[in-house]
Amino acid sequence: MSDNYNMLLAGFGGQGILFAGKVIAYGGLMEGKEISWLPSYGPEMRGGTANCSICVSDTPIGSPLVLSPNVFIAMNLPSFDKFIDSVEAGGTVIVDSFLINKKVERTDVKTFYVPATQLAEEKGLKGLANIILIGKLFKETGFCSWASLEKAIAKCVPPRKQHLCASNIQAIKLGMEY
Amino acid sequence: MAERFLMKGNEALAEAAIQAGCKHFFGYPITPQTELAAYMSKRLPKIGGTYLQAESELAAANMVLGATSAGVRAMTSSSSPGISLKTEAISYMAGSDVPALIINVQRGGPGLGGIQPSQSDYWQATKAPGHGDLHILVFAPATVQEMVNLVGKAFDLGDKYRMPAMILADGMLGQMMEPVELPDTMEQQLPEKPWATCGHKNARKHNVINSLYLTPQALEELVVERFKRYEVIKENEQMWQEYRTEDADYVVVAFGASSRVAMSAVDTAREQGIRVGLLRPITLFPFPTKPLKKLAETAQKFLCVEMNMGQMVDDVRLAIECKRPVEFFGRTGGIIPTPAEVLNEIKKLGGTK
Amino acid sequence: MAVVFEKPKALTDVPFHYCPGCTHGIIHRLVAEVIDELGIEGNTVGVSPVGCAVMNYDYFGCDMVEAPHGRAPAVATGLKRAIPENIVFTYQGDGDLAAIGTAETVHSATRGENITVIFVNNTIYGMTGGQMAPTSLPGQITQTTPYGRDVNSAGYPVRVCEMLSTLDGVALAQRVAVDNVKNVMAAKKAIKKGFQNQIDKKGFSIIEVLSTCPTNWGLDPISSLDWLRDNMMPYYPLGVYKDEEKGARIK
Repeated sequence: MSDNYNMLLAGFGGQGILFAGKVIAYGGLMEGKEISWLPSYGPEMRGGTANCSICVSDTPIGSPLVLSPNVFIAMNLPSFDKFIDSVEAGGTVIVDSFLINKKVERTDVKTFYVPATQLAEEKGLKGLANIILIGKLFKETGFCSWASLEKAIAKCVPPRKQHLCASNIQAIKLGMEY
Repeated sequence: MAERFLMKGNEALAEAAIQAGCKHFFGYPITPQTELAAYMSKRLPKIGGTYLQAESELAAANMVLGATSAGVRAMTSSSSPGISLKTEAISYMAGSDVPALIINVQRGGPGLGGIQPSQSDYWQATKAPGHGDLHILVFAPATVQEMVNLVGKAFDLGDKYRMPAMILADGMLGQMMEPVELPDTMEQQLPEKPWATCGHKNARKHNVINSLYLTPQALEELVVERFKRYEVIKENEQMWQEYRTEDADYVVVAFGASSRVAMSAVDTAREQGIRVGLLRPITLFPFPTKPLKKLAETAQKFLCVEMNMGQMVDDVRLAIECKRPVEFFGRTGGIIPTPAEVLNEIKKLGGTK
Repeated sequence: MAVVFEKPKALTDVPFHYCPGCTHGIIHRLVAEVIDELGIEGNTVGVSPVGCAVMNYDYFGCDMVEAPHGRAPAVATGLKRAIPENIVFTYQGDGDLAAIGTAETVHSATRGENITVIFVNNTIYGMTGGQMAPTSLPGQITQTTPYGRDVNSAGYPVRVCEMLSTLDGVALAQRVAVDNVKNVMAAKKAIKKGFQNQIDKKGFSIIEVLSTCPTNWGLDPISSLDWLRDNMMPYYPLGVYKDEEKGARIK
């Protein structure tokens, strides 16, 4: 895969889709890359579908709206169904297989199934399924260095909640090891 | 180099305004500019400023009229339907020769329209931002960093020419995060405003901020004087970016969000051997006629790409005096055109599909 | 020779344009006298309305801003928030304050905006030639209620002081008149209190002054004052509707 990533993260509101996107964006930023992060926004504040486009590139980013992702992380079935065919051939697909009981029929993409929501529950990392999936993404693509990823976590976790950094790192490792 | 960090466009606009010395913000909630007001409500009370959520956009814009009359830097922000309500105060401010910053994070229209990104307020911003003979300065950033840079510029030029300035952004730029560097937070020396109604301290004649002139001759004289100022602005303040235009047979013209899409399409077209470039207006008033005139000498065709039904395209035709064909491609209603769509239109310019 | 009467310093030399018998002139004078007595002209900024008093930016000697129709309290809010040490007042008619600017009036009042509002109520749109105002009385004949104000279609008049007196941000809501010497003196006292409240940071003060419009009422000046007493005062009783520091009721 080239060093330019056009990522799409999609799921329900409340799953931390936008936060996960921010972690990725900061990971890229720490590498000195060009970054864009574009959320979907709509009238539904909770529970509706949420998705987020992230571009990580060596050159200035044109359209920040990712229509043909080369990385797609799906955290619910409607998003999976909606976007799976738009993934670029050769792209990477990461599926929360606990929430999405469906296999990718395409054979021209690299697919990884991680029951992230279940893992998070089991390991006492409730709410960090999104970060577990980033761990998997990191392992499979190396979109940034480990040091950058650590810094990204520290940047994204609010200052008064820095104690949560450790559990986020734990979630990353869980995803990497799965 | 200052540290780069990620910021949403809306928040970057707010912080840049604070850095530019603006401590008075009057707003009213509307999607998709909400983060801007929220940011101000958090920051301004901490630095001795005013964040005020008004009862309406009408009131908010008129509070800006009051605050700027007192001589401070003041601003308001909204999105399309709210801007329509602010046009009242914008016209009065233009007619009273006072500066102000108005931010429009555009969404689809007309009416309540939608909440997704749009550029369909181009005409409103550049042709009729209020009733009467008037112009305001209009800036169209295309990146979050440029949003930061143009806010300071808008305040400076607004003060210099004593007129309102608008940042014409859109929902995409407002909502997206990109890396930004903020300007140094040096204590700025803001210009003197001897016209301000800040209390005469029994030391001068009273100042009056007013747009009423019941004698037609007096009003005409004033408007004509103002239009002379607009001519100076047209001569001196045009801003634009040219991208791969040096040898271009075709020139895409696009501003703001759609210029980013167009840039992606231009790159792909170049890879395919099509000699195409991009002219991106940064100021919409004054419209960058200078580079367009020049490009019309060498380019064969122009393509205007907008997120509306074709508004800026008229200004492109006027700028090049219809010397070359100007095609148009647009999506509207909140739809962002895709690079593939624009590429297809570029290909059509050369007669290929 | 001893000077026994002179123009207040806070008025300029520009002659008023008001119709004969109109009481705007008296009210202007009272505002100017109060500004003189409090010694605040140098740090006072006035906001002119749209309506008959639109050109009073030429009459008051302090700094002045001419606001869009109805928006004077919003403009005043901006002026006051920008420089809180300054004294800011608006001068508005009934159409400006109680129709097109109702939202600005109510919300600047409920915010407890520390400004002084001079509200001149003459139950008619004077500047545009005598149309129905929000305060026109039931049955009152105007250009746009030629058969008299029919409350079934045009609704009822707005009692501004009564309405605003329910708001916690209001420090003073008082209705006065300038139809005789005694009332003029009382009106001046009320206006002075409105400005003093602002100096003391007590909150929003509104002084409603019942006024005449001989031209559009079709009456001579003296009969106009009679009409005011006979028709307006019963509907709009003079008096103090609220007089306490803002927020006093919820402390």
